[in-house]
Amino acid sequence: MLSKRIIPCLDVREGKTTKGIKFENNVDIGDPVEMAKFYYEAGADELVFYDITASHEKRGIMIDVVRRVAETIFIPFSVGGGIRTKEDMREVLLAGAEKISVNSAAVKNPEIISEGAKAFGSQCVVLGMDVKQVEKSDKIPSGYEIVINGGRTYMGMDALAWAKRGQELGAGEICLNSIDADGTREGYELTLTELISENVDIPVIASGGAGKPEHLADVLTQGKADAALIASMTHYGHYTVAEIKSFLDSAGIKVRMSW
Amino acid sequence: MIAIVDYDAGNLTSVARAMAHLGYDCDITKDETRIRNAERVIFPGVGAAGSAMASLRRLGLDRAIQDTFASGKPLLGICLGTQIIMGFSEEDGGTDCLGVVDGRTRLFSNKMTDAAGAHLKIPHMGWNRIRLSGSHPVLDGIADRDEFYFVHSYYPDPDHEDQVIGRTEHGIAFASVIGTANLIATQFHPEKSGRPGLTLLKNFCEWTPC
Repeated sequence: MLSKRIIPCLDVREGKTTKGIKFENNVDIGDPVEMAKFYYEAGADELVFYDITASHEKRGIMIDVVRRVAETIFIPFSVGGGIRTKEDMREVLLAGAEKISVNSAAVKNPEIISEGAKAFGSQCVVLGMDVKQVEKSDKIPSGYEIVINGGRTYMGMDALAWAKRGQELGAGEICLNSIDADGTREGYELTLTELISENVDIPVIASGGAGKPEHLADVLTQGKADAALIASMTHYGHYTVAEIKSFLDSAGIKVRMSW
Repeated sequence: MIAIVDYDAGNLTSVARAMAHLGYDCDITKDETRIRNAERVIFPGVGAAGSAMASLRRLGLDRAIQDTFASGKPLLGICLGTQIIMGFSEEDGGTDCLGVVDGRTRLFSNKMTDAAGAHLKIPHMGWNRIRLSGSHPVLDGIADRDEFYFVHSYYPDPDHEDQVIGRTEHGIAFASVIGTANLIATQFHPEKSGRPGLTLLKNFCEWTPC
């Protein structure tokens, strides 16, 4: 039986990790390679890096980070942010990432998903989705809308329909981020997570809102997620990965307890 | 020298990086002679059986792998490499493979459910345990509770039960570690499986098959 995965997420800007609270007032908390090693040894099942470097010219810095992370940790990790073309994907995968994640680039150009899946395999392509709750309407029947630019731009796309489309196009996994819950530390968006998990066949990583181990237990059971993303709850030392996993293990959720 | 067989089947640098971390230099090569002259051979791969077999034949490496097995040198199969050492794969409308191990590589049913009745997703992706049916030098130091990283939709199904070293549960108990003579082959990715994976790779590098 597969273990539920606990995945720390590191935001990286110009080669340094940050953690944004609702995408604003980012503060520097360290070197991504050191943090990757720390989490690898602490029992993380996978890592996610988001490159939030604003300028496309500085992407080379991230490639170097990916290469150094790949030499240091021996668990899967994915890289997202700023990946717009098949060549961007190739560069990151060759540098040693297991998966690449596309978010706004896929919203603007859905073909990037199928191109990536065809060239590198579906298992390499993660569809990242930023979602906000809205009034249900003809256009947004699920009541969850796709947003980009950190939640500032509404795309008029229904989140459930987009998740299904992403799967059809060849995404191997969905990383589902609730902008409403992100940074609140009050728990994942369970209704949204369950809705998407129940309606696609590919694994769903829940993201946004983790503040305590109970939140992970909720999203991995009630929310039916296959994996849970965490950030500030471990970055700032409130909890260790081992503490979270022990809690989940005691709650009867299968997690990897030996590393 | 340890050769890693390069046959255009996915990114092979992650295996080489894990080996470098363990202090072993590897030669990622398409060259038949270098593979034949290597002390040990690692046969990894990510992708589909049909194109992988076509590449191997085009590069003349199908015979090199079969001969490596026959020569008695340590041979490690990983993921797709493990699937195509079987006789036949159901992938790509049916693909004749290397036949180092008798048996077939089969597609997981998409109708499998877990004990609680929940639908099991395909690919089988993530961390899972292996249940060892015996001991093997390459699995020294690996405990029942250790987990390994898998990503696959097909699984190897050897004809001879005595060649199955370990099984993993995903709807069915499939063969996740296969071993016979100088061959050891895993469906999971030891290079992405943290400490137990690195232990397995290190054991392989020190293994002298009898």
